[in-house]
Amino acid sequence: MSAIIFFWSVTVAQTALGIAMVLAFARMIRGPRAQDRVLGLDALYSNAMLLMLVFGIGTGNSLYFEISLIMSALGFVATVALAKFLMRGEVIE
Amino acid sequence: MNPVTDLPLWAAWLIAFFLLLGAGLTLIGSFGLFRLPGFYDRIHAPTLGTSWGTAGIVIASVIYFSVTESQLVLHPLLIGVFVTVTTPVTLILLSRAALYRDRAENNPDVPSLQLLENTSQESGSKTDSVTVHESIGTAKE
Amino acid sequence: MNRLFPYPFLVVLLVITWLMLAGFSVGQFLPGTLTAIMAAWGLAALHPVKPRFQRRDLLFKLAAVVFYDIIRSNIAVAGIILRGGKKAGVSSFITIPLDLRDPTGLAILAVIITGTPGTAWIDYNSARSTLTLHVFDLVDEAAWLDLIKNRYEYLLREIFE
Repeated sequence: MSAIIFFWSVTVAQTALGIAMVLAFARMIRGPRAQDRVLGLDALYSNAMLLMLVFGIGTGNSLYFEISLIMSALGFVATVALAKFLMRGEVIE
Repeated sequence: MNPVTDLPLWAAWLIAFFLLLGAGLTLIGSFGLFRLPGFYDRIHAPTLGTSWGTAGIVIASVIYFSVTESQLVLHPLLIGVFVTVTTPVTLILLSRAALYRDRAENNPDVPSLQLLENTSQESGSKTDSVTVHESIGTAKE
Repeated sequence: MNRLFPYPFLVVLLVITWLMLAGFSVGQFLPGTLTAIMAAWGLAALHPVKPRFQRRDLLFKLAAVVFYDIIRSNIAVAGIILRGGKKAGVSSFITIPLDLRDPTGLAILAVIITGTPGTAWIDYNSARSTLTLHVFDLVDEAAWLDLIKNRYEYLLREIFE
């Protein structure tokens, strides 16, 4: 019984996070402006990080935890760099 | 082989609850990011995923690893701490960049620098603007 | 003591983080402590503003208030998105004059406001000490002003000033 509950909750959570990633990706593609795309990328990173955590729960492998830690660090740096670029790189040449 | 089959029923229900709460909130947040009009509306949506979306999944993984390894496993909480500290930094930087770009394009929807100066002077400037409007009205008549 | 261990609380936090990541053992405690002490030296070389806590006991009250508010605003924002973006008010910018000057207090206020769904910290003008927020569902501007001033800023001023 507990295995069934566990299996289905993990599967549903993975599906939900997968759809969330698709939606964030769609926002990244659609734009319309550069800041919307960066926001979409940030959401994509954080959704992927959560998906890795759920993978870790589903497989019982704590290696996924390290992956999600690295992912959140990379997502943070990427978004900060892109925001800085939007502020200084494009509008004023 | 699989530790999942030995999972107690209460733990399975708790894990399921927090997993679905976290994943559901993250999905709603990303849906909002996709659907809402305007950048400043959209910036509110992903915080759902980074506040209770992350908290739900982190709590679920703390419960799962604590039960299966029969000891308190707290390292998933580090993800929660990291996300809580970094999200405000990225969102503040991003919204400031957006504000800067909108101001540079003279977008009427965002508060301009002059507007901010006026509101900080409180009621004094309000009466000024009223008198200005009245004088314009009389001039037209 | 002060020269050798400039930030004892930071060192303890870093050692705990190290042990949580690498596992609790003596073999991990030694390199973890060494790294933490060296990180504290590195931080001291930057001469950051040291936060002055006046009332540490209120930090827990602030954490409880913020925890409750984040749950409440999560429900509110999720409800608005699920109803297809229909909300009672409008989304707009508001400007709030702040009395809080302490940089650590302002940083914590920024984390609270951005971390709570429904409000976003847009700009802080340090010369005029006014804060520009973007509120997702603005019905009553005075209510938001009251929330920020009396609920968060009051506690933060008690803690830091």
